[in-house]
Amino acid sequence: MSKVISKTCAVIDYGMGNLHSAHGALQKVAPDSNILVTSDPAQILAADHVVLPGVGAIRDCMSEIQRQEIDQVVAEVAKTKPLLGICVGLQAMMTRSEENGGIDCMNMFSGQVQYFGDNLLGDALKDGTSERLKVPHMGWNKVEQIAHPLWQDIKDQSRFYFVHSYFVEASDQSQVKGLGHYGKPFAAAMGQDNVFAVQFHPEKSHTNGLQLLQNFLSWDGQA
Amino acid sequence: MALAKRIIPCLDVDQGRVVKGVNFVGIRDAGDPVEVAKRYDEQGADEITFLDITATHEARGTTVKMVEAIAEHVFIPLTVGGGIREVEDIRRMLNAGADKVSINSAAVFNPDFVREASEKFGAQCIVVAIDAKRVSGSGELGDTDNKWEIFTHGGRKPTGIDAVEWAIKMADYGAGEILLTSMDRDGVKTGFDLGVTRAISDAVNIPVIASGGVGNLEHLAEGVTLGHADAVLAASIFHFGEYTVQEAKQHMADAGIEMRLD
Repeated sequence: MSKVISKTCAVIDYGMGNLHSAHGALQKVAPDSNILVTSDPAQILAADHVVLPGVGAIRDCMSEIQRQEIDQVVAEVAKTKPLLGICVGLQAMMTRSEENGGIDCMNMFSGQVQYFGDNLLGDALKDGTSERLKVPHMGWNKVEQIAHPLWQDIKDQSRFYFVHSYFVEASDQSQVKGLGHYGKPFAAAMGQDNVFAVQFHPEKSHTNGLQLLQNFLSWDGQA
Repeated sequence: MALAKRIIPCLDVDQGRVVKGVNFVGIRDAGDPVEVAKRYDEQGADEITFLDITATHEARGTTVKMVEAIAEHVFIPLTVGGGIREVEDIRRMLNAGADKVSINSAAVFNPDFVREASEKFGAQCIVVAIDAKRVSGSGELGDTDNKWEIFTHGGRKPTGIDAVEWAIKMADYGAGEILLTSMDRDGVKTGFDLGVTRAISDAVNIPVIASGGVGNLEHLAEGVTLGHADAVLAASIFHFGEYTVQEAKQHMADAGIEMRLD
């Protein structure tokens, strides 16, 4: 089991949704660490580890990120320390999202965020038809891992809790660190240097999710 | 198809305490929602739903505290329903640590509330609860005379609204999920109303949770295989220790349904 090295972890609060769960889950795996929910750039830049969460629509997320100059803080963090993006936090790190008519994002990973579609079909069923897949993609789905320290002690093909209607289509396959499948393959995890980001919610993914958070707080940012 | 179907135990809470008897071996205080939630979490519940039946608005502060306490210990999605009437009610529950809120009668009285809530907080956290009762047909799967209506006030007041049309409208207004309860089956233990479950699940593009009527594990499996539900919700079969969530999941997996077993 990996050992937590983070003395202080900042969860960036830019007004998008409830951060109680992310805070609680991080505190659970690192009872001796100081887990802060903050929008203060000084606190974020002083932390050992930083988490960028996000829920809701990308337009609202990006406009708050830009208005509060969180993008500049995140860019600074990305140069020096371990950074974890969660759900819309991952999507905000991509080049661009087609949600809300098209929104430019932070371009930390190259690729687009696309809608799953209204008539998504799953694999063929026994009777030769196929199951119609609902959107949002909501529930526990498997992730095919691609070697990275954040998967330590988590079995390949473990399930995590997802809830999203838009998915990441990566342009640079070397940045894909986990693959999900829902009617089509999508990037469930992205990683580059000291930045890692996931489409699912580790803070809601029971034992596997808590392990991933513990791995993050134990990570020195070296891939 | 790797997305698992979900099992969701449901608890009634009044002023932050679990009511309607929960009976687990080795649990100290069956009224403590944290203990009960932890137990279901250990058994492998995919989510937990709390139905707040607190009568007065003022007393709901205790529900907020309850959600906060649970969210500190249980790391699976939590839904809170009952008494969600205004944007402020939603904000309070989400800030306390709920992942979703379930809107019931407020949606019937003011459908625009669903739209407003979805735009403000995102469809992913807005569940619309539908209480449906059959008003014509035999109820058998495939009977084209089957019709269901929306009822309010615990199934006592008809609204004249067709349940399937209502579900389509709610999805269109931005609901992220539908919690469908058959008022004919609620508490009867003869299985879900598979007709209305399938009719609604096939009519909308968002996930549907089947509720009302579960008496055994096969009922849960039928909700998915015959009712086409994306998730199944049950209360009493789990509360009294008849079955564990784990047993239920194994039974469904044995029936060929994709489940989260690890």
